[in-house]
Amino acid sequence: MAESDRGLVVGVDVGGTFTDLILLDPKGGDVRLAKVPSTLDNQAYGVLAALSESEAHLPDVDLIVHGTTTTTNAVLERKLCRTGLITTAGFRDVLELGRRTRPQAYGMKGRFEPLISRDLRLEVTERMDASGAVVIPLDEESVRRAAEQLLAADCESIVIHFLHAYANPAHEMRAAEVVQAIWPNDYITMGHALLAENREFERGVTAAVNASVRPLLERYVERLGRELSSHGYDGDVLVMNGNGGMVSSRRVAREAAKTVMSGPASGVIAAAYTGRRAGIKNLITYDMGGTSTDVALIRRAEPAVSSEIEVEYGLPIHVPMVDVRTVGAGGGSIARVNAAGLLEVGPQSAGASPGPICYGRGGTEPTISDANLLLGRLDPGKLKSVEGGVSLDDVKTIFEDRLGAPLGLDAYGAASAVIQMANTRMAGAIRMVSVSLGADPRDFALFAFGGAGPLHASALARELGVPRVLVPSRPGITNAIGCVVADLRHDFVNTINRPLDLADIDQIHAVFARQIAEGERLLSKENVDIRCIKHLFSVDMQFVGQSHLLRVPLETSTPDRATLRRLFEEAYYRRFHVELAQIRANLVNVNTSVIGERAPLDLSTLIDPAGRKANLEDAQTGERPVFFDRKRHDTAIYWRDSLPDNYLLKGPAIIEQMDTTVLIEPGDEARGDDEGNIIVTVGALS
Amino acid sequence: MSLDPITLSVIQAGLQQVCDEMDLSFSRAAFSPVIAEANDRSDGIYSAVDGALIAQGAGGLPVFVGTMQYSTRVLIERIADGSAAAPHPDDIYIVNDPYLGGTHLMDVRFARPYYRNGEIFCWLSNTGHWPDIGGSVPGGFSASATAVEQEGLRLPPVRLFKQGVLDEELYAVICSNIRVPEQRIGDVKAQAAALMVGEERLNELLDRYGDDTVKQAIAELRVRAAQQMRSCIRAIPDGRYTSVAWVDSDGVVDEPLAIRLAIQKTDDTLTFDFAGSSPPCTGPMNSVLATTLSSVYLAMRHIFPEVPISAGAFEPLSVITPVGTFLDAHYPRPVSGCAAEVSQRIAEAVFAALVGVLPDRVTAAPAGTSGNFALGGHDPERERDFVMYQLSGGGYGGNDDHDGLSNGCSTIGISKAPPVEIMEQAFPVLYHRYALREGSGGAGRQRGGFGLDYELELRRGQARASFVMDHGRFGPQGALGGADGAPNEVTVWRSGTPHTPEHLSKEQDIPLMAGDRVHVRTPGGGGYGDPFDRDPGQVLRDVQLGRYTADEARDLFGVILDDGASAVDAAGTERLRAKAG
Repeated sequence: MAESDRGLVVGVDVGGTFTDLILLDPKGGDVRLAKVPSTLDNQAYGVLAALSESEAHLPDVDLIVHGTTTTTNAVLERKLCRTGLITTAGFRDVLELGRRTRPQAYGMKGRFEPLISRDLRLEVTERMDASGAVVIPLDEESVRRAAEQLLAADCESIVIHFLHAYANPAHEMRAAEVVQAIWPNDYITMGHALLAENREFERGVTAAVNASVRPLLERYVERLGRELSSHGYDGDVLVMNGNGGMVSSRRVAREAAKTVMSGPASGVIAAAYTGRRAGIKNLITYDMGGTSTDVALIRRAEPAVSSEIEVEYGLPIHVPMVDVRTVGAGGGSIARVNAAGLLEVGPQSAGASPGPICYGRGGTEPTISDANLLLGRLDPGKLKSVEGGVSLDDVKTIFEDRLGAPLGLDAYGAASAVIQMANTRMAGAIRMVSVSLGADPRDFALFAFGGAGPLHASALARELGVPRVLVPSRPGITNAIGCVVADLRHDFVNTINRPLDLADIDQIHAVFARQIAEGERLLSKENVDIRCIKHLFSVDMQFVGQSHLLRVPLETSTPDRATLRRLFEEAYYRRFHVELAQIRANLVNVNTSVIGERAPLDLSTLIDPAGRKANLEDAQTGERPVFFDRKRHDTAIYWRDSLPDNYLLKGPAIIEQMDTTVLIEPGDEARGDDEGNIIVTVGALS
Repeated sequence: MSLDPITLSVIQAGLQQVCDEMDLSFSRAAFSPVIAEANDRSDGIYSAVDGALIAQGAGGLPVFVGTMQYSTRVLIERIADGSAAAPHPDDIYIVNDPYLGGTHLMDVRFARPYYRNGEIFCWLSNTGHWPDIGGSVPGGFSASATAVEQEGLRLPPVRLFKQGVLDEELYAVICSNIRVPEQRIGDVKAQAAALMVGEERLNELLDRYGDDTVKQAIAELRVRAAQQMRSCIRAIPDGRYTSVAWVDSDGVVDEPLAIRLAIQKTDDTLTFDFAGSSPPCTGPMNSVLATTLSSVYLAMRHIFPEVPISAGAFEPLSVITPVGTFLDAHYPRPVSGCAAEVSQRIAEAVFAALVGVLPDRVTAAPAGTSGNFALGGHDPERERDFVMYQLSGGGYGGNDDHDGLSNGCSTIGISKAPPVEIMEQAFPVLYHRYALREGSGGAGRQRGGFGLDYELELRRGQARASFVMDHGRFGPQGALGGADGAPNEVTVWRSGTPHTPEHLSKEQDIPLMAGDRVHVRTPGGGGYGDPFDRDPGQVLRDVQLGRYTADEARDLFGVILDDGASAVDAAGTERLRAKAG
């Protein structure tokens, strides 16, 4: 793993609308950025277009790291490859019945479409019990018949999912051998292989997701690899996983389910990296886009990870992933006055089509983006350039008619109210996320990105009592930056589920040792320069009788019993302010993450230092009236790339840049740091 | 002067946030899976004057919509007349008396006075379903109780925490009367801590906006919530809408109980009249008034989910006290079935009465039973006693837009059922089947969802099986020409011989030996609209997926398929449907 002398690194992320690329020369500090429309049918075209726009000379590129939504889109749009299921007799409907739920607490409507339709779910004779003992031996002939039937039904991929396979996978493994003998490819997913956990619906869905996107992902990365190599790239393509680590394209498809939530994860990875370099290690990430807002928590520069992500109703994927929560509102969220005469913002959204009024694509409902425009927070001058011919007066009239009249406000008062309500709701949602993860928002800084994040971040921070906001230099391409800074990462979870006082401590140490060895083995197979290997150890514990788990981080992989008990009680007290010395503790899971850290990249050149002006006056591009807190302020406008060294900006001010607009509100102060970030110190709540 | 609408909206969101954080805190810290996993709990803010509901957590169990305002009102009255102890800061009252604004005994309410400047500004209260409260059977769902004393320990409002300190003597009395008491302290502390979270967050809200402003906002929000509900009601034409829903039996006397409902819509109000419903019953299917009211409210919230829960929203809904019926139970009538089963049947009556006039809002009847099956026994291998509960879902009703959901949660709950793998880990049982119940969805233009079909075997030792379910006698009602869903069916196989519970859906303490089996088929949802109007392509698909047989396609939907069910016989289908039409 010698350092290469070429050394160019490319991160390329495919989002719903744009494909973003960053090309970095770690030695010379040269940076090139590209943004091109995504090509969702075959994302490779967008990737190539971005490379071409960046004028990257592929033979000089050492490493390409790729964030793709191939699997995400396939799952959400149910454009999956034809997949069959072989399962324990009596249980083929588990994937359709779920856990007896409904999509929302109130309202008795709702739809649910299982990933694998009932005619492709076949049963075979076999049964294990919960201890892993065989109750009914595997009937191999019935497995063969089922596989033949699924082949005849044109299935390309297959799931083998048996009850209690987490306790004893022997039947699943033998059935896989039987299937392999007649199956024309190796798209065979065993339920226990991704997830050795005891919940048949969640494990089965995770396996079904994996099986039904695996061929798609494999074909995609192969095609992309061929295209890249025909342009002279001879390295490996690494693909982002939902855990925020990256994995070789040669291996990624086997565990394709892990890529389903990788898009949001890379943004959080960029945030953690940026925060670490800026010396701000506790962050709440706030990614506001056109249709939704994602929030995640970073503690001590490590993103919170969850193994219980639900991609949508009835679609859990239970593998460790960066815990990114979607909290609703985006720029397209629609404001209306309800029958009680009160203002509501969301949950309806104008989405991307027709979108906000100001997009000029036929939208007629007032949205958050329109309010920002009306209030001067977004540049009204830009409206002219948009096709469709919507004028600021059109927006104003709609705000007056739809919102102002019923509320007794003028258009600007109504727009201010929309922003205030949106911020109140978003702050509430962010609080719920942080409280559910046991964190007090006041101990964090807000990391604002996405197209609209930096517009709202300071107001939200004030609402939440968050003292500082960090706006990175390129908020609009954060996910692509996440790709170039990501480490290699492998996560392991093994279930022990024993009361701590009865648990075999040597066995626990042995589990940790096995996890470390397996992780290091996988790292050694990747063809990537790594600076060092880092391990994160933790256990999941609970009091006996409880169902929720509490993750307890450990310093070593050889903790003794007393230390485990003490660390658990301390963590529990910090979280719930309850002491329960009289109740036994239960040790449920043993977890290790093995991380191959790459050499750090300097991101301070993401904004070209040559563009800096000597002073703030020169960086100012103009002035316009902007509403803050329902009052009009004459507000200076700055161009981000021109901001000088060591500036201090007192709000109100607006900083514009190619990919976003940063709002510095009255009472707030912004300064730049050495990394090119804007750090906003948030003033008191008025 | 009145508050501006933006301040009002912001304070409304703030009050809601306080309650949501209480809900979250309670669930996260709770021990018993009933609360931690199933969210069988609720938290809210109540008026200092009359207990009226100011705001309630959005994630609370639906059946608790509205109940705590009655228990809080009773508490305020009792403090006023001296029959409950006077409050001090940091006190917490505990109460579970069903007749004092409650549900069943297992739902234990805490109430904490919230003080500002030495005066009670409002009450914070929450309810948590305790896994046991004593009584004749573990868990409290006795199908054969004839008096509330058999159902468990009944607590009037008394202070469990006095100025922040747990009353160890009172707590010892409680612990001596319930099963598995050693883990309860975890739930008690979680329930109390949630109210503390509410207090801290409410302090912040009041400090920020001022006590007077918030007080004014609360009053104004109440008026506006009523206004919002009234505008929903106006969409219904004036008139009288009636329905009947049936409870199989009370568990003791094998006769159906009728819920007869007449809803009078006049201008912007709805009046709910249950006159003519069955008289109070001998077994535990009585409903106390608070639960009856709450069931009406939760049904209306299912219909109009956009109206937030508050006393104002209930104002245009008046329920005539159903004096002399089983929906207004008084001491000592047993009530354990009211929250889980009768409440769902009341909601079904509301749906059935209104589906004709709100056809885009209301669905055909959902399965509407919690499907409570309890198995208690001794596991010789682990040398210990056990009690397991299997709750199950059923099909939802079809609606104007789509088919009903299969295996949905009860109308009054939001909880998940435990996985088979976890049940088999914890208890000496083996499931032979956990499957979609074919053919159970009521036929309709949009058919009902399918119920669940499960069968399990006792692997070792001995046990007793008890069932508190419903819809065994009559399936969930179809709507607008749709057929009823399949009724609930229970068969207990003892030494190879089938036994059907005498009351079909209810029986207590059926003895089982190792090798005996329990087979449960839960109801399908009611169909919506004429099944002969159903798209034949959808009928074909259901047959291809094994959800109905080709014969059922013909008989129920008037659709003829070719041999092998590969295509619809269009001409044959048209003839058959024309003949019927």
